[in-house]
Amino acid sequence: MHNFDFVKPSTIAEAVSALSHEGAQALSGGQTLIPTMKQRLAAPGTLVSLTGIAEMQGVCLGDGGLHIGAATPHAVVAREAKAHYPALASLAAGIGDPAVRNRGTIGGSLANNDPAACYPSAVLASGATIVTNTRTIGADDYFQGMFTTALHDGEIITSVVFPIPEKAAYVKFDQPASRFALTGVFVAKYAGGVRVAVTGASQDGVFRWREAEAALTANFSPAAVSGLTVDSRHMIADLHGTPAYRANLVKVLTGRAVAAAS
Amino acid sequence: MTKVSMTVNGRTVSGEAEGRTLLVQFLREGLGLTGTHVGCDTSQCGACVVHVNGQMVKSCTVFAQDVAGADVRTIEGMANADGSLSVLQQAFQDHHGLQCGYCTPGMVMSAAALLKDNPKPTEVEVRHHLEGNICRCTGYHNIVKAVLAASGQDVSKIAAE
Repeated sequence: MHNFDFVKPSTIAEAVSALSHEGAQALSGGQTLIPTMKQRLAAPGTLVSLTGIAEMQGVCLGDGGLHIGAATPHAVVAREAKAHYPALASLAAGIGDPAVRNRGTIGGSLANNDPAACYPSAVLASGATIVTNTRTIGADDYFQGMFTTALHDGEIITSVVFPIPEKAAYVKFDQPASRFALTGVFVAKYAGGVRVAVTGASQDGVFRWREAEAALTANFSPAAVSGLTVDSRHMIADLHGTPAYRANLVKVLTGRAVAAAS
Repeated sequence: MTKVSMTVNGRTVSGEAEGRTLLVQFLREGLGLTGTHVGCDTSQCGACVVHVNGQMVKSCTVFAQDVAGADVRTIEGMANADGSLSVLQQAFQDHHGLQCGYCTPGMVMSAAALLKDNPKPTEVEVRHHLEGNICRCTGYHNIVKAVLAASGQDVSKIAAE
């Protein structure tokens, strides 16, 4: 990999300042960025580590629900969110492998917005709020397509606020080599209705399956989605699955998530 | 180059690191601790697993400067103080939990992290925990058996498959 300058600020303000320089890039857990840099698909001039910023760490209940610091590793979310939002904790516990979960962070996952990553589905299904150093962004406005988000250059996600649902579950069909979602569905039932978010399936990244949301809001049972069909036209095609296969998985996994929701 | 200091296996060490110097390079090339292996260099195989502040991480996917000041433990720090093998290492030997041995340092470090949090894991839990550690000799059965034995569980009924 090409060399770069490494800086590790201890406050958000210092990080924002370091990121304002030409060629600077934020580094969170690095579990995607470091392999990407090894392949020379990214070659930042400066890496600004966000792992030393205390105010971006931790899980706690607060206004609007569960607040998770953006630099909190998956393993910590898996442990500390369990009592408050078990479906979210379970999602975090299933990302990658144990070593990856000790480094990879929620903010890094959301900033990258990999079309097969797990966290985007939880954020979108929960209608969570992305908090950055300058503003708050609703989940429905944040995800803008594969590897594309509403973040501006140099903007840092500092925390994510999850409204806690009455019931929820995440069901992932693992791509067994990478343990990314071949397809994954997060279902969350709130007093105002049900939200269903799908990852790993669409060429446009995470999306809401609104037809299922309407059906499940009327009748929260697996049977409510059994008669629906999923359009396969924009689904991902690769050696692991055809678009039709993924479309079918969306429906099957949604039913399973509803059955598993607690 | 930047001077980086950390504690490795209880000893304070320091060395020079570029921005791009990975923790595994710092350990192997800087400190001569070649027990930590580089298998895939793409964070898939787990041969490079070490503990950073008690947490298992893939040292090929962490920059040395990002863990400056940390408490790092490698396979060289796993034996007992008198040099004899730890219970876990001895179990790998007793149950032939290795064939070529290349993945073994990572397997031992991952298994040690599991047993610290979960002293009596089930076989399923052991296999699930070792998902990020690949043994290309496919010696998984005896590795799992060694970890279960190290946890003090009876493995006499587990067949050598």
